[in-house]
Amino acid sequence: MKMKKLLATSAIAISLAFQAHAAAVPDGVTLADDQTYTFWLLDAIKSMDPQINTDVEGSDVLRNLFEGLYNEDGNGELIPGVAIDHTVSDDGLTYTFNLRDTAKWSNGDHVTANDFVYAWRRLADPATASEYAWYMELMQVENASAVVAGDMPTDQLGITALDDHTLEVKITTPLPYFPQMLVHASTFPVPQKTIEANGDNWTQAGTLVGNGAYTLTEHQLGERVVMEKNDTYWASTNTVMTQLTALTINDGNQALTRYLAGELDRVDIPAGQYPRLKEEYPDQATSTPYNCSYIYMLNVGEKGPEALKDVRVRQALAYAIDRDVIVDRILQGGQKAAYNWTHWAIADFERPQSEWADEMDQAQRIEKAKKLMIEAGYGPDKPLELRLQYNTSDDHKKIAIAASQMLKAIGVNIVLDNYEWKIHTDRMQNQDFDMARYAWCGDYNEASTYLDLMTSYSGHNNGEFFNDAYDKVMADSKTAADPQPLYQQAETILTEEMPIIPLYHYANVDMIAADIKGLPQNNVNNTWYGKDMYRVAE
Amino acid sequence: MVATTENSVATKAVAKGRSPWADARRRFWRNKAAMMGLFILIAVAAFAIFGGWAAQWSNEELDYNVMGQIAELGGPSFANGHYFGTDDLGRDLFARTVQGTQISLAVGVIGAIIACVVGTLYGATAGYFGGRIDGIMMRTVDILMAVPYMFVLILLLVMYGRSITILFVGIGLISWMEMSRIVRGQTLSLKGREYVEAARATGVSAPLIILRHIVPNLAGVIAVYATLLVPLMILTESFISFLGLGVQEPMTSLGALISEGAGTIAYGTTWQLGFPLLFFCLTLFGFFFVGDGLRDALDPKDR
Amino acid sequence: MFTFILKRLAIAIPTLLLLIVISFLLMHSAPGGPFTAERELPPQVLANLNAKYGLDQPLWRQITTYVWGIVAHFDFGPSFVYKDRTVNQIIAQGFPITLTYGLISFAVAVIFGVSLGVAAAIRHNSLLDYIAVGVSIGAQVLPNFVMAPILVLIFTLWLGVLPGGGWQGPEYWIMPVIALSTSFMASIARITRSSMLEVLTSNHIRTARAKGLPERRVILRHALKPALLPVISYLGPAFVAMITGSVVVDIYFSTGGIGKAFVDSALNRDYAVMMGVTILVGALTIFFTLVVDILYGWIDPKIRY
Repeated sequence: MKMKKLLATSAIAISLAFQAHAAAVPDGVTLADDQTYTFWLLDAIKSMDPQINTDVEGSDVLRNLFEGLYNEDGNGELIPGVAIDHTVSDDGLTYTFNLRDTAKWSNGDHVTANDFVYAWRRLADPATASEYAWYMELMQVENASAVVAGDMPTDQLGITALDDHTLEVKITTPLPYFPQMLVHASTFPVPQKTIEANGDNWTQAGTLVGNGAYTLTEHQLGERVVMEKNDTYWASTNTVMTQLTALTINDGNQALTRYLAGELDRVDIPAGQYPRLKEEYPDQATSTPYNCSYIYMLNVGEKGPEALKDVRVRQALAYAIDRDVIVDRILQGGQKAAYNWTHWAIADFERPQSEWADEMDQAQRIEKAKKLMIEAGYGPDKPLELRLQYNTSDDHKKIAIAASQMLKAIGVNIVLDNYEWKIHTDRMQNQDFDMARYAWCGDYNEASTYLDLMTSYSGHNNGEFFNDAYDKVMADSKTAADPQPLYQQAETILTEEMPIIPLYHYANVDMIAADIKGLPQNNVNNTWYGKDMYRVAE
Repeated sequence: MVATTENSVATKAVAKGRSPWADARRRFWRNKAAMMGLFILIAVAAFAIFGGWAAQWSNEELDYNVMGQIAELGGPSFANGHYFGTDDLGRDLFARTVQGTQISLAVGVIGAIIACVVGTLYGATAGYFGGRIDGIMMRTVDILMAVPYMFVLILLLVMYGRSITILFVGIGLISWMEMSRIVRGQTLSLKGREYVEAARATGVSAPLIILRHIVPNLAGVIAVYATLLVPLMILTESFISFLGLGVQEPMTSLGALISEGAGTIAYGTTWQLGFPLLFFCLTLFGFFFVGDGLRDALDPKDR
Repeated sequence: MFTFILKRLAIAIPTLLLLIVISFLLMHSAPGGPFTAERELPPQVLANLNAKYGLDQPLWRQITTYVWGIVAHFDFGPSFVYKDRTVNQIIAQGFPITLTYGLISFAVAVIFGVSLGVAAAIRHNSLLDYIAVGVSIGAQVLPNFVMAPILVLIFTLWLGVLPGGGWQGPEYWIMPVIALSTSFMASIARITRSSMLEVLTSNHIRTARAKGLPERRVILRHALKPALLPVISYLGPAFVAMITGSVVVDIYFSTGGIGKAFVDSALNRDYAVMMGVTILVGALTIFFTLVVDILYGWIDPKIRY
């Protein structure tokens, strides 16, 4: 009983975590006088509106300015946010959340259940035109699809304020991981009064009203974001960091240089630099698993090339690419070679055994690939020509170049196509590609966030892999007591059919200043909160 | 406002009647800087054309022996055949520099040719016909001058993907307007000459007069301008490559190599910047020196 | 002179219109709209987005609405990507930054470039001359995207004296200005030097010297002004190239300037910001060319408009 178990554990976790909430400074630690934290943003924040934001970086900022029903701790477990706890009806379809009455907006108003109702309706409302409106559908909130499509008024959405501090959400199918989904920034409450008074401008520094542990004091687009400790936050007495600053640096190498010069407390390590930095700064270079998988999606649909409709060709392509070279020689940051789709560190998930992943070495795989190519009718005198499309990034470029060289060895000539993100995406959505670089970051810590993607009705299945058996397995998993065996079946189908070529599972490869504590160590989503952090004296 | 943007090149480089070419040649040969420039250019061109034969690797092969430890093993070495070291992926930098030099030279030269052909024909036509036509054509140039072409080029490359054709043509089309103004000015002064008058009197058609009688007499101006244009084209290409909008991998250009090398300058792989930058600078020096030399040679006023 | 300015302004208007139309059509003919998202948007959401930004209107109406917004209200519309900002706000934030380091770079390039060029010309064939020529040739061919990371490496990482990027005060201006001005300074020095050399051998300088005027006076009063003419005609193209260079500065020094905003808007299909910046830059180019022309006429009285 997956669902029950999860509820039980989260209930316990919640009560236990209650006191430990906010920065847990161990005894005997001397705090530094300077409690500020400066982190890196690759690009300007596109929007500070929780219902409009679509980016991971935007979410990092939003989690500090707003607070949803639940937060995550350093291990990715749920801890109370605005909600203290919740109960679920026996059919698993009705969630009732008890909100704390001490939660306040930064203008002093109380945070009430109505603020959540307003925010969720706003997310689903076609008038808001949020690119993340589908998240309401993903959460299976009652009537979400109809509301998003504009067929039903927003007040029909399955969320109701029973009173100021009791929130009821109705969903259409039992979702074991529903509470996990509430950590997502698009579910955060927003202040109705401020939005109505200021329109789209409400997120400017000085105007923005939030309920998070920090308030926005400065936002120079493309330069920096400064957030100061919010004294009206319900647990503000436990907040140690007084200021969070995000610096936008458009070049990763430049960001690292500035980190080394002491201007930043955290920065991503560019591909290939981790081993050197680990040796030089063992206390600062870190690598932790990160909930994303990197693949080449194959176009097996009608508009795709004839060759890719042959499963032998697809397997040959997958076998020929040496993943160890990619992770150990190119990225070098503790990423893991991937022979399946779901990220290896996803909770409770275990990859099914497969021949190519567990029994063969790379030389054997290449042999097999060559054999498969010949069986499929290709050979030295009849090479296969394919286009490999990737979006602009140094890392994608390097991997694509390496892959094209590896595929050359089995007689596949790859033409590289580099496009900007928007065009890359557009071409994929129009099935205008042969092989395309793709990565998916799980929205929550459960295997279905990956596996749902490859169903025929998924909005992301751009390669048009339509497989009835796969659809059935995934449909069954929604109601199964223990979905894990079904997830394994789904993975096995993917291995046999190979509509996607898994390459590697992501890791967060960072330099983190040695005196910064409280960043999550064991959270695959890398959900971090400024309120949990502190800086120790050297 | 006629004269404002016709720079001194134009006004000075009018070839005089008496055997100007022999004089110019003599002056050019005597110019040490120009000779050095010419020598550099010949050397760079030879490197671009024949360098491939000396390379022990292709420009796209990965050397798995050094891959992953570029800073330690990927440096310049005769032992493993990477004379210039390798790039971040273990590809031979010598072969890549050779191929990058080819692209950069091609972009520069073709871009300059496009600019010269379009600019010369346009300017000569405007200047030859004069009057209303001239007015309209030159006002159009004035208008087009205000278009931020770099932006338009970036847009084109973003929209339609990286394409060598767009790159070559786009870079060439950025610079034809300046050329057209210079040529127009020259044409205005040429069209009153006796031989043009004579041709017109005998009923030669206007396009023929422009092509047969006007353009050849502008050769000096065009040559100077074109030579000085090539390095600007190469610089433009390098900027486009810096933005990641240059030629498609596994092809490369000097600009792309430099931009990659500059990015990783702090990681102990300085050869990745050094070698391409050396060839880049040599090429530009060469063109600048030769261009200056040509201008001096074709401009008797200075002596 | 007055009619000349009027004439130029009359040209400016069709120019800007042309710019708007070209960039508008380019944007709209391209694959991938501003709302291409990783997950295809539900039709209703897409329809709403399109309606919100007027993209559901016929093209001619979009252009006329857009132009009218600019003419009547000086309103460039909302950004398609930075959804809580308008184009006016984005330009209002980024443009003063670009303008600040741009103008300083311009001043630095002109002042130092001209001084260096004049000094080299006066001491023709001296060591100073050779150094000046060598340095300026070197600086001219070194792309600023090579110089920028080297500057950060030296001044931020090794010496630790300057912030590696950002825009908070005058110490943040130094590296952008060095990166942006150096190659222009070099070009100006070379141009000044060769034109100064030419002027110094001309008849009217010989006359001035023959009259026994002190050398300093000869240079400053008689030689400098004519020698500056080619420098001034170089300023127009230099200005355009500087705008291009600001993209590199913005990327490496995170100034939050307008150059990066343009590149981003092109990559993100942010029609509104892209057009806003293009129009702004076009208008600036026109304005600047005009200023250069006037300056030229002022220095060289032979020019009649």
